[in-house]
Amino acid sequence: MADPLLRVDNLVRRFGGILATDNLSLEVPRGELHAIIGPNGAGKTTLISQLTGQLMPNSGTVHFAGRDITRLPSYRRSALGLARSFQITSLLKDFTAIDNVALAAQAHDGHSFRFWGDARKERHLRDAARAALERVGLAARADVLVSELSHGEQRELELAVALATKPQLLLLDEPMAGLGVTESARMVTLLKELRKEFTIVLVEHDMEAVFALADRITVLVYGRVIACDAPDAIRRHEEVKRAYLGEQHAVTRHGGQIG
Amino acid sequence: MFLLIEQLLNGLQFGLLLFLLAAGLTLVFGIMDFVNLAHGSLYMMGAYFAATFVGWTDSFVLGAILALAATLLLGIALEFVALRHLYGRDHLDQVLATFGLILFFNDMVRLIWGPAGLALPLPAWLTTPVQLLPGVYYPAYRLSIIIVALLVAAMLYLVVMRTRIGMLIRAGASNREMIGALGINIKLLFTLVFGLGAALAGLAGLMQAPILTVQIGMGENILILAFVIIVIGGIGSIRGAFLAAIFVGIIDTLGRAFLPDLLRKVLSGAAASTAAPALSSMLIYLLMAIVLVLRPEGLFPATKR
Amino acid sequence: MKSKLNASNAVVAVVCAALVLLPIYSAATGNIFILTLLTRIIIFALAASSLNLIMGYGGMMSFGHAAYLGIGGYAVGILAAEDIGSGFIQWPVALAVSALFALVIGSLSLRTRGVYFIMITLAFAQMAYYVASALSRYGGDDGLTIYKRSTFDGLINLSDRTQFYYLCLGCLFGGIYLIWRIVNSRFGLVVQGVRSNEQRMQAIGFPAYRYRLTCFVIAGTICGLAGALLANNTDFVSPAVMYWTRSGDLMVMVILGGMGSLFGPLIGAIVYLVLEELLSQFTEYWALIMGPLLLLIVLFARGGIMGLLGRVRRG
Repeated sequence: MADPLLRVDNLVRRFGGILATDNLSLEVPRGELHAIIGPNGAGKTTLISQLTGQLMPNSGTVHFAGRDITRLPSYRRSALGLARSFQITSLLKDFTAIDNVALAAQAHDGHSFRFWGDARKERHLRDAARAALERVGLAARADVLVSELSHGEQRELELAVALATKPQLLLLDEPMAGLGVTESARMVTLLKELRKEFTIVLVEHDMEAVFALADRITVLVYGRVIACDAPDAIRRHEEVKRAYLGEQHAVTRHGGQIG
Repeated sequence: MFLLIEQLLNGLQFGLLLFLLAAGLTLVFGIMDFVNLAHGSLYMMGAYFAATFVGWTDSFVLGAILALAATLLLGIALEFVALRHLYGRDHLDQVLATFGLILFFNDMVRLIWGPAGLALPLPAWLTTPVQLLPGVYYPAYRLSIIIVALLVAAMLYLVVMRTRIGMLIRAGASNREMIGALGINIKLLFTLVFGLGAALAGLAGLMQAPILTVQIGMGENILILAFVIIVIGGIGSIRGAFLAAIFVGIIDTLGRAFLPDLLRKVLSGAAASTAAPALSSMLIYLLMAIVLVLRPEGLFPATKR
Repeated sequence: MKSKLNASNAVVAVVCAALVLLPIYSAATGNIFILTLLTRIIIFALAASSLNLIMGYGGMMSFGHAAYLGIGGYAVGILAAEDIGSGFIQWPVALAVSALFALVIGSLSLRTRGVYFIMITLAFAQMAYYVASALSRYGGDDGLTIYKRSTFDGLINLSDRTQFYYLCLGCLFGGIYLIWRIVNSRFGLVVQGVRSNEQRMQAIGFPAYRYRLTCFVIAGTICGLAGALLANNTDFVSPAVMYWTRSGDLMVMVILGGMGSLFGPLIGAIVYLVLEELLSQFTEYWALIMGPLLLLIVLFARGGIMGLLGRVRRG
């Protein structure tokens, strides 16, 4: 196998006394859809945040396309082709849908220290944004303010924003969180399309979706990888079944934080 | 040497006075997330009340107590009429509204007491110097400020650390949502805290009154100092405010006292006499800038999120 | 900025037309007072507009913006006192020093957020205030009288009331136009995006800090220009223009007019300063009315005057 697109080695992150990421290693080859699952509080979002640079690890390294990006700030990683969608929808609420996407396109189209020309009239930025919106089925809602979009539409817009940065790798943090049945089905169809083009790391609670989509699945418990294998193997994995279900109960009893 | 001791005491006295002002501010800030520029006006009102009541009653102590009560009532009234509608608004709204209150108070004072400043004479028993150490004399009044302020600080500490109300206050400062969840009458708690803060500001004002003239706008300079202190100390932290206040008081006083001479040793006379006042006025702002750059949340942040 | 016929646009159009025509009225009636008042208002409107750029569009609540008024003013005043009277030197220096000051304090202040940012900008402005107070060679506390206005040989005579008025108005309209271009440019969208959601902007590839800092410097430079105008208007500059209540005045104008609206600061400056003028004619204690008025505006008229006008249109 050639060099993987994303390689994580011995990543450690502590919060006070808690090990949120415990000596974690991971490889995602180009073209793969790699799902990460685990009970609440397993450290999935913490991991994603370290991959995208919102959070710095205490030790360990992250390599992307053969390059050490462990200490790079998030905007540099984005420039290299690493895109993220947020678990809790994180858009520019007082901007229109197309402005959100066009800004993402703008970020990867030369520098933005241009003070004079009207950015909303830059044809190629608008076209790129419209294409991304079309991709996720939001073309008709382009000029609507984000705060007026439905939750499902906002989730789709998150994806469009990520796509507009021309990524090599999509890190999707629970794209289906809070979606209804029809909306979820639409999202799965969309992801099936996208995986043909992009390498994807998918964090998701919807097991049905995960097992339908993933090439490989990594199972996290308390910041550690307890298994990493193809979906069928994971389904039969005794330790996963026991640990996953058992831990989830344990965590829920503490009040079940989101994460 | 005696000069140094005297100036250190002056710095301590000024710092403690600043603490009284900053304590109320940091509590209101920490618990209600409320930026109150009008806090300096309460300080000014304390001084004016004191000058008036001492004149009426012919007794310094009685006048001071009346002034304290008046400031407390004024603070509660202010909170009740205007400020409680501003909780939960963004800081900018609060800054604007309380800026309006400053304008209002300054002109009201001018209307009632006239544009000229007032003097608050001290009774004879407070003007005699006290011998602290052999050969070291210190004005009795300044000494009594130190003692009163330390007593108040100790009381505040006991209230905040040992009582139920204090527990709520601390809980509120570190996690605002929590007190709501505890099913406490928040409105009452807020009014109480605000009244307490107003009384402390009034106390600072009335104690400072005999040292400086009582005048319009006296609250504004010192308000900025109080803000500097709570920012250095960490918003919402009484302990931080106490340490930062004493620190700022001493640095400011020593800077003003000794910086000119120090500079004269390094620079030419003319340059030194130009630079010294500017530098000593700037000293604490410089300090604050350094603290914020190194620790953007202040030295003792109360809020942990 | 879609140009629609609505209440706020109509008001702006009328106000701008009135400002352009005012010297004619003033000459016809011999009412010099109103020209003087409006010159002052226009200068403060320019300062408030620059504050609006960082506060309204950039989300940076600077409480030290009046510092640039003083810095621009002192640049003109000090050069004039040193016998360098040419505006071609004075004004570029005023702008450059303001920009430099903004760069230094911005690069430190922008590391903090929220109330801490408000306070640290305030602290830096106070430092500038004390420095000016200590300039004993240039008047210290008492301020510095400027005996001769900036000269722009053959171009414009600042001592002519009408010419100076139109210069100020030109600077204001130029400033607003510049801000309009900036706000809609690539740069402006990034700055507004950072105001809305900094984390998101970082994640899609923008180093937020640089954009905020650049915006901060642009605003400081524009306000430095207002400072140069103000010093020429009053023939005087003193530390008092930098005092923190002056910064408060500028904030009030911005919020009163409507934050993040292009002409809001102009409307805010007009209303605030005219009100101040009227009330002080009516009573010596004008602040007794102005103060509570501010409180009421905050409580009941969010979005400022432009916000209110916008609501008229929507019904």
